[in-house]
Amino acid sequence: MSQPSVDDLVAARREYSAGFVTDVEADTLPPGLNEDVIRFISARKDEPEWLTEWRLQAYRQWQEMSEPDWPHLHYPKVNFQDISYYSAPKSQTDGPRSLEEVDPELLRTYEKLGIPLHEQAALAGVVPDPEQPSSNVAVDVVFDSVSIATTFKQKLADAGVIFCPISEAVKSHPDLVKKYLGSVVPQKDNFYAGLNSAVFSDGSFVYIPKGVRCPMELSTYFRINERNTGQFERTLIIADAGSHVSYLEGCTAPMRDENQLHAAVVELVALEDAEIKYSTVQNWYPGDENGRGGIYNFVTKRGLCAGARAKISWTQVETGSAITWKYPSVVLRGDDSVGEFYSVALTNNRQQADTGTKMIHMGKNTRSTIVAKGISAGRSDSSYRGLVRVSPTAANARNFTQCDSLLIGDLCGAHTFPYIENKNNTAIIEHEASTSKVSDDQLFACQQRGIDTEKAVSMIVNGFCKEVFRELPMEFAVEAGKLLEVSLEGAVG
Amino acid sequence: MSLLAVKDLHANVGEEDGQEILKGLNLQIQAGEVHAIMGPNGSGKSTLANVLSGRPGYTVTRGTLSLANEDLSHLEPHERAQAGLFLAFQYPVEIPGVSNMEFLKASTDSLAKAHNAEQPDAAGFIRQVRTLAESLDLDPQFLKRGVNEGFSGGEKKRNEILQLLLLNPKMAILDETDSGLDIDALKVVAEGVNRYRSADNGVLLITHYQRLLDYIVPDVVHVLADGQIIQSGDKNLALELEAKGYTWLT
Repeated sequence: MSQPSVDDLVAARREYSAGFVTDVEADTLPPGLNEDVIRFISARKDEPEWLTEWRLQAYRQWQEMSEPDWPHLHYPKVNFQDISYYSAPKSQTDGPRSLEEVDPELLRTYEKLGIPLHEQAALAGVVPDPEQPSSNVAVDVVFDSVSIATTFKQKLADAGVIFCPISEAVKSHPDLVKKYLGSVVPQKDNFYAGLNSAVFSDGSFVYIPKGVRCPMELSTYFRINERNTGQFERTLIIADAGSHVSYLEGCTAPMRDENQLHAAVVELVALEDAEIKYSTVQNWYPGDENGRGGIYNFVTKRGLCAGARAKISWTQVETGSAITWKYPSVVLRGDDSVGEFYSVALTNNRQQADTGTKMIHMGKNTRSTIVAKGISAGRSDSSYRGLVRVSPTAANARNFTQCDSLLIGDLCGAHTFPYIENKNNTAIIEHEASTSKVSDDQLFACQQRGIDTEKAVSMIVNGFCKEVFRELPMEFAVEAGKLLEVSLEGAVG
Repeated sequence: MSLLAVKDLHANVGEEDGQEILKGLNLQIQAGEVHAIMGPNGSGKSTLANVLSGRPGYTVTRGTLSLANEDLSHLEPHERAQAGLFLAFQYPVEIPGVSNMEFLKASTDSLAKAHNAEQPDAAGFIRQVRTLAESLDLDPQFLKRGVNEGFSGGEKKRNEILQLLLLNPKMAILDETDSGLDIDALKVVAEGVNRYRSADNGVLLITHYQRLLDYIVPDVVHVLADGQIIQSGDKNLALELEAKGYTWLT
């Protein structure tokens, strides 16, 4: 089959976008949340009845719940009736038409991060202009993402991997979704997970069949396609016995997003001998230097090592959002299963983060490792909150926790809230913590060797984060370093 | 033309209204010369090193300082380093997590960039650094460790000399590099400085003891007291100071 020409693609795009705009107008709900809204969302998505009921059940339970008040975070209360809970994927017709119209500050950041030009346009939400296809960068993006997606899909299909939007999986693989949705994070797990269960927009569904090693990192694809999943993202990843998958969420580039509240849920299920590696780079808008604007990121992420010798590993680099509330956790149910959490959380200006993990040991000989690095600059506040729980059944459980804070300047804060609940006296639990400061003497020593302050800070911070960065997929480890450098701009001097 | 020219330098610790430490200091060092500054505690020796290198926490209230005719007074510390000024620290600081090799590369690259020169290729650079380290009796393994992290006092000082030889600046200031060194380490440090000496660069040794000057022979010796140079002479002045102390001068 011959390749479609660029003109064909542009023509197709023109038709599509024309039809799309009309759709959007009919598809946005006014603010507010009630059972009718949930029925509407479910109907628009053409969902089966069981899922509608599941959402409604979540909603009813959510109404009885209240927001957690224990985090070390300060922000005005969210009015949940002020939010519109359904808008069809934004066509972004009101977005910029070309890179020239994009905020130069944003482009400067992209450039520093080394993001290719065609991805810059996609990330900045540039709308393709059908009248001028030849001069339009975004057409390349459409072209690229279509061709890349096709290649990827073929490779994955050959391996038997299912990888699609969860809304699609509800229809194509209802048994899997029905069996596992809410199995790790129940509807009433917490306030935000409850809200997500009621109104979730879309997200990814991954199933790796028995014994299959996923042929690629499920990452590059997202660089281009993981947009418009909405503010209530829902992801479900199932690794069947003996399978292996590495999944990367997010992007080092700051994302343009109009929604202030994000409440995502991610559920991972690893069966016997399966391994899931989930890496996140989060760089949503953190608000300006006085703390105006910025995303509230209230996420529930949890993995279940359901079978023996299963392994789940979370790696996160969190630099964005005004408020972060996030504790990627592992339930170690299978004997000899392994849970890992590697985290870098950087806050600058007025950002606040309360993040950490929970390792719940249930099976025998279960092992967990926690390495958390918090960096606070400006007037920001960063807290590590971690729970290690060893059940009576978890003979010979082992945990090692290392929790380090690095302060830059005199106005920021770092806090550690470790919780240890041990009900089995064969367990070995270790906790190490440290707090250090980037000192003026260190900065001067670097400057005296010709290294400017910004570079010096980034070098020191990167050194501090080394143990976590080496857990990231290679290409992202480099980007993560650059990301920290950009996020720390203006932190010193 | 002097390589380093300091004229009527007045400097306070802290802000404009801080205590005056340097009170009209004059110093001229020609290319190819080694000068030693000696003086009692509190005379302003370390302040001079800090003010020349632009360390925050001091305010210059009067006077000029220039290196190879470039006015340094308004330059940031890293710009002064890029202009060719090097300070070997009295107390080298630890930078955990940043490996020594990484630090040296960042430094070399920054200086190369400032001079629009090409950055050295990684393999050749590593070889060069390893050879230098061995010549200073430093175990090449130390290059993989964090900068000065867990180094002994002697290792820290030898590390400063390694940086001096690698970066090869126009003007090197050694701030009491000899303090806390045993005689063997002192000889290694002195050999390093002597290797660095050339007709194109200059050395300013700040020291408390004459001992170092047995190994690095200065062209000029100055005595600093109460923020001013009160006496200058040849290497014999140092011996005289050693014998008589400072009181006969002040």
